[in-house]
Amino acid sequence: MENKILVVLEQRNNQIKKASLETISVANEFSKYLNCNYEGILIGGEINDYSHLGKYNLNKVTHFANSDLNTYSSKAYTKIISEFAKGQNFNLVLIANTSFGRDLAPRIAVKLNAGVSVDVTEFRFEDGDFIFTRPIFAGKALVETKLLSDNKVISLRPNTFKAIESITEINSQKINVENPDLSVRVTEIKQANGKVDVAEAEIIVSGGRGMKAPENFGLIENLADVLNAATGASRAVVDAGWRPHSEQVGQTGKTVSPNLYVAVGISGAIQHLAGMRSSKCIVAINKDKDAPIFQIADYGIVGDAFEILPTLIDEIKKLKAE
Amino acid sequence: MKIVVCISHVPDTASKINVAADGKSIDQNGLTYIINPYDEFAVEEALKTKEKFGGEVKAISLGSDVNKESLRKVLAMGVDNAVLLKTDVVYDSFSLAKALAAEIKNLNPEIVFMGKQSVDFDNSITGQLVAELLDYNSVSVVVALTIEGNKIVAEREIEGGKEVVQTELPCVITAQKGLNEPRYASLKGIMAAKKKIIEEKNIDLENPLTEIVKIKKPPIKQAGKIVGNDASAVPELVKLLHEEAKVI
Repeated sequence: MENKILVVLEQRNNQIKKASLETISVANEFSKYLNCNYEGILIGGEINDYSHLGKYNLNKVTHFANSDLNTYSSKAYTKIISEFAKGQNFNLVLIANTSFGRDLAPRIAVKLNAGVSVDVTEFRFEDGDFIFTRPIFAGKALVETKLLSDNKVISLRPNTFKAIESITEINSQKINVENPDLSVRVTEIKQANGKVDVAEAEIIVSGGRGMKAPENFGLIENLADVLNAATGASRAVVDAGWRPHSEQVGQTGKTVSPNLYVAVGISGAIQHLAGMRSSKCIVAINKDKDAPIFQIADYGIVGDAFEILPTLIDEIKKLKAE
Repeated sequence: MKIVVCISHVPDTASKINVAADGKSIDQNGLTYIINPYDEFAVEEALKTKEKFGGEVKAISLGSDVNKESLRKVLAMGVDNAVLLKTDVVYDSFSLAKALAAEIKNLNPEIVFMGKQSVDFDNSITGQLVAELLDYNSVSVVVALTIEGNKIVAEREIEGGKEVVQTELPCVITAQKGLNEPRYASLKGIMAAKKKIIEEKNIDLENPLTEIVKIKKPPIKQAGKIVGNDASAVPELVKLLHEEAKVI
């Protein structure tokens, strides 16, 4: 069977997500192993200029447009993508494992009767087949899987693969969608006041019990501000109601892998470590020198967060000013 | 209203996970199991829905006899009855979802709840698979839910915010932490649960579409450098982050 790869692109507020650009780069790598073509599919959004996609090595995109589809609608999106994939004989579907991709990937898999591998962080090509690696138990273990079906749906963990710039000419086709199925429809997006989300952030500053009281998280927020970082939290402080669950990092929260993770007043319970251990650089600030967080930290300061944080904020401001 | 809630039985989140000798499964030695934490929110929402509209809540779990422990727990919380679909636990979500969907189809419920993911294999796809197989509407990762007549308004968590989703019954909802505060089982509930019967059915799963090649532990991270013991270490830390790690 001839291989053909379809990259499902994601837009929010007419912007293509960075995670989608990463997915294009992976599709490009896949295409070299399989000696095949790849194309993009985009649904919704007031987008007419696709040159940005061309900069990331995509040379063909089909855009299904309808103003009712500018926000996500699971049934309509599933139908459009699966029918397009079937009609054009795509057998591999790649998508970023964002909240959008996580919802959509399994739905497309059902329609294509495809095996699905989600949240992939690594892959290799062996004996003519891909082997996908992904974290399980929030990163306490890794599983390598193979998909046995002809059709395959693969979702990739954001912030894991690089979006590689390589300019190519892009051909686009816009198709107007008539009467989409809107029986499940997003009617509004409530944005959390413009802050960076932990799942997408390149830098995260997290606070735990060591911050002592909810009002002290102002220091965590200030440090996050100067670093242009997202704020995170341990389960203990979320359960105590100090911070919203959307900030929780760990096994019953989010699994993250930013470039820099700063853990303040977090001792490092096993379920927290599971969620952030794949961060590229970890800084721990904690009073207790025996706290487990120091065992996985690249850099640590054993000391009082209330004394260290203001200095750290000042020093980073100084660095940024240089 | 006919309500179904799906229950997964998973290793405690405080557990250390080790690889078994076959290199393809988890070492069961010393593992204690609990109800999947996200399923507790699903159960609570199912019970609240029953309290509002009347009807019956049925719990379904797929796995072996040990799953009865979690089923007993939800019966004690107030679930009316339970069925255990007995099979060897497999990794492949697709074949599990097909078995669940077949059972749910027979029950023909208006609404199905389950946790947004099981905290073992973390696939986070079973709810959507079941919904598509049944051709039900569905919303995943739900943090707020209102049902009026057959209309549903749900809020689902996305990066940096929430999506407000409108749909109708029949529907599959996957629960995220924050949806509600799960109740504790009362003593009366625990006593009543002992008398409730857990129906058991042996089932065969379809051929899986995925195969496990290997399970392994993540690479061990070496402990790094303690830069100092007070605020005087901060300039050195910032220098290291800027020049050595190059992350700021």
